[in-house]
Parts: sequence; structure tokens; C-alpha cells
Amino acid sequence: MADYKALEDLVIQVRRDILRQVHKVNSGHPGGSLGCTEFFVALYNELMERNENFTMDGIGEDLFFLSNGHISPVFYSVLARAGYFPVEELNTFRLLNSRLQGHPTTHEGLPGVRIASGSLGQGISVSIGAALAKKLNKDKHLIYTLCGDGELQEGQNWEAIMYAAGNNVDNLIVTVDLNGQQIDGSTKNVLPLGNLKAKFEAFGWDVMDIEKGNDLKAIVSGMKKAKEKTGNGKPVCVLLHTVMGNGVDFMMHTHDWHGKAPNDQQLETALSQNPVTLGDY
Amino acid sequence: MKKYTDTGKKDTRSGFGDGLTELGKKNKDVVALCADLTGSLKMDEFKENHPDRFFQIGIAEANMIGIAAGMTIGGKIPFTGTFANFSTGRVYDQIRQSVAYSGKNVKICASHAGITLGEDGATHQILEDLGLMKMLPGMTVINTCDYNQTKAATIAIADFEGPVYLRFGRPKVANFTPADQNFQIGKAVQLQEGTDVTIIATGHLVWEALQAAETLNESGITADVINIHTIKPLDDEAILKSVKKTGCVVTAEEHNFLGGLGESVARLLSTHHPAPQEFIATQDTFGESGTPEQLMDKYGLNASAIVNATKKVIARK
Repeated sequence: MADYKALEDLVIQVRRDILRQVHKVNSGHPGGSLGCTEFFVALYNELMERNENFTMDGIGEDLFFLSNGHISPVFYSVLARAGYFPVEELNTFRLLNSRLQGHPTTHEGLPGVRIASGSLGQGISVSIGAALAKKLNKDKHLIYTLCGDGELQEGQNWEAIMYAAGNNVDNLIVTVDLNGQQIDGSTKNVLPLGNLKAKFEAFGWDVMDIEKGNDLKAIVSGMKKAKEKTGNGKPVCVLLHTVMGNGVDFMMHTHDWHGKAPNDQQLETALSQNPVTLGDY
Repeated sequence: MKKYTDTGKKDTRSGFGDGLTELGKKNKDVVALCADLTGSLKMDEFKENHPDRFFQIGIAEANMIGIAAGMTIGGKIPFTGTFANFSTGRVYDQIRQSVAYSGKNVKICASHAGITLGEDGATHQILEDLGLMKMLPGMTVINTCDYNQTKAATIAIADFEGPVYLRFGRPKVANFTPADQNFQIGKAVQLQEGTDVTIIATGHLVWEALQAAETLNESGITADVINIHTIKPLDDEAILKSVKKTGCVVTAEEHNFLGGLGESVARLLSTHHPAPQEFIATQDTFGESGTPEQLMDKYGLNASAIVNATKKVIARK
């Protein structure tokens, strides 16, 4: 049984990390990061089977790939707090000579990152490759992927979605961050995604919703159900209904904070809504 | 002059296919991916021998590059196969982010490169791929000249850690390099020794360069002929050594003169040893339909064009 108090404390601390990272360099993407904080915390601390020491090939453990690389602040915070690199290194986010590039990369050797992402639409393909390698290696572990909903406007996703179903890549769980927002506005206004559940199902995926995508318990139980669906011949898609900017009242329910940092006053307000739990870096 | 004999015309893509077959037997980590062109890429035998290690991706090259990148994470050595056009221009961003920037050990193997693709015309005849690939940091770029060299290169790149672009072609061409050659990535091959001009050729133009050298020899002009199979990293030492001796250079490639081998040589010479240079290459143009021979003639990519360029460059010394 998960220690939800500890996970909740971590969620709040990760929110602080996200806000402080983007505030310091006056750039970065807090909205999507905050919206996926509970998912990342649950994934890395409750759901994935991970080895203690990072290896690029990840043999004998579950792997995660972040397709929408712009939500790097949440990825970095959760990786650091899971022990992949020193938490203090979050201080270097987006600075010159940092391993914490604006978008995640392997290029600077940051433990926990296995592929560069940022140019959208490539993560599902990479995940399929990693999943196929797991099968060839007779490694029963899973591949987890997160992609944005707006990101599904990139055509390469649908090549990948078609391939995974057509080739029974059933050791793969792709989670779509369904927050309904993208840079220019709501996905409905920019380019409607239509019925994603029906689309994934039509391509041959096993699809499920997690309606409360910012609720740790709902995420853990939902993702465990998703895990049970693996190994049955179909790739698994989880539609995670989230609120962009979750946990900071003035950042919620809008696309305004997709790629904008809070000013000093806004940071103070946002942090006051998320008081220190585990200690700031 | 050294004598080179065509042991029987063969396509370079068959060199790739046969190299891949051999790799399949000796390296269990080698996997092959194809985007609906298995027969054209001569990957059938690998597919038959190793159905578990062959991945038919369908007409979805972007997905193929991404899957290949992901497979390296599990320790596999993926060889992707499709036409050069779809191996580069179509998937540039996927190669850039998921392969080159991510430093993944993917071998991008590209057939039907250049104008000798022939009748299909300009939509398929990419003349910009060497430039696209050589501009990517960390990418090794190889363009082989005949069947034997392509086979040797295919086998050699499996043992090399890092992303590689391997370019070859469609038509049957002279097969003249040794079957048992030791293919060394980044190492130029000196084919002829001379003192009047350096002819640096890659791909299908290497055989043409040898023919040109024979013709030139008849009129008393001796040429250093260098086969540059690896365009990046370039064998600076071999090129400089030769040009310091001859004082001028002709580069020859089945590629646009912008971005190709000629430009790499010009950059090297301009910074280390300025010398007159002539470019045998396409002149910033698209191709068109025709037979390979007709096209090589029309676009000035053959032995007689090299002979004329040599006379011109020697006069500029």
C-alpha cells in the first residue's frame, strides 16, 4: 500500500521545484509540468520497477520516455528527488554549461534521460523501439511514455500508433496528458483532436481513461489497471485527464502558463499555496 | 599506372544486402528495419534468415528512425534501409533529435542515391543528402564506390559506435576494389599515384575518375586518384599530402556542388593549403528522368567531364 502522505508531500515539493526553476531563469514551461506532477511522482515512486544505478540500456527495469520534452522542469525535479542526480543541480536549469538543458537530452550525460525530446511527436516511436528491444532481450519489463495531447497533431505519432497495434507491441503504456491546452489556446480551437479514445481504439489499442488525472490514488490505481492490460497483444493507452497548472490557482484552467515564468510576486503567491514539505534545493 | 579491372558489373545496394546477410550471421545485436522497400534494398536474405530481427515498418520513415533510436537503448545495432531521399530529407528532424543529438548507434543505410536512380526522376533523386548528413554533429558519412566496398563498409560500421549514414546506389556499376579489403572508416584509399593533379572522387564517380586518369595519362598528365569513401570525418592528411604534391585538385561526386565532398575539400584547402579546385558535381539543380548513363552525361558526371576539369585546373596552377 502506497504511503500517500509521503507522495503528497513529494508532489508539493516538486511543484515548488518547478516554479523555482522557471522563475530563476525567467523561462521554461510550468503549466504542463504542474499538470503532470502527480503522474510523475506516482510513476517514479510507486509504479515503475527501477534499478538503483542508471544505465543507458535499462536492462532489467521499466523505462520511461518523455515525448513532450518541454515539461522538463517536472521531469528534472522528479528524477533528482528519486536520486538520479543531486537535487541542488536543479539550480542550473537552463543555465550555460548545465546538464539540465531547456529540453531533456542525453548529450550532456544527465542520468535518467535516455533520449532527447523537445521537437514533438517522436517519443512514441522511440518507445516502440525500446519496447521491441526489451522483447528481443527477453526482458519482461515495461516501457512507459508520456506525450501531450496537442502533440498528437504531429503526424509521426499516428505512424507509431498504427505500428504498435499492428505489431502487438504490448509491453508499452502510452499516457496522453489530456489537459486540452496548447500554446495558442485550447486544442479545440487550435486543431480539434476529436474522440481520442475512439481513434486509439480504431487503431487497435487498449484504451482507458483516468478521469482524475491530478489525484494520486486515482493515478496509481488507474496505472496499475493499465499495467494489468499489458502482455495481451495490444499496446495500452491511458488518457490522463489533467488540469494544466494544477496546484497554483492562478495558473489553472488556462493555456497562459504553458511557457511563461512567474514574476517575483507571482512566485511568492504560488509558493505560499505549496508550503515546503521536503526542503527546497 | 596501376591497372584496375571490372570483375563484373554489380549494384552497390547488393553489396549492402550481402554485407547485412553476413552481419546477421556474426552479430546477434544487428537488427534491420525497412520502410516497404525490402527488395530494393536487397534485405530479403537477412529477413529470411532472421525474421525475429527484421522489422517491416511500412511506409513510415519517421517512425522507422524513431524505432531504430529506441532499439539502441536496449543494446541493439539497428540498420535502417530505404531510398536516400526518404532516409534523409524526409526524416531530418527525427535523425537530428532522436539519433544524432541523442548520440544513438543507428546505421542509416540509403540506396538509390543521386541521379543514377534514373527513370523515376527528380522526386526520388536526392542530390542533397550528403550535405544534410554531414552538417549533423557526430554523424559519420560514407559513400561507397562499388559492390565490394559497400559490402565491406556495411560490415565495418556495425563495429563502430555512433550514428552513421551509409550511401549507395541503384545501378549496376564496375566492381573493381578488392573483395577482401579492410574497410577503414575515415581513411582515404589512394588508387593512382601522379604529380600533376589530385582527383578526389566518391561513390560512382570513383570508377569514372580511374577512367579519366587513364585518358589523361595518354596525354602525359599523371594524376593522384583518391577514393574518399568517408566524407565525414574527412581524411585531411591524405588530401593535404597529395595536393601539396600536385598543386591542384578536381573533386567528383554524384551530388550537388553545394554541401558535398567538394565543399569539404575546399574548406580544408582554404584553411591549410589553398589550391585551384574544380568541382564535378551537379550545379544546384534537380535531376530528371532518363537512364543513368544519359543523366551522368547530361549533368557532367563522368570520365570525360573529369578530364576536361583536370585540364582546366592544371591551367589555373
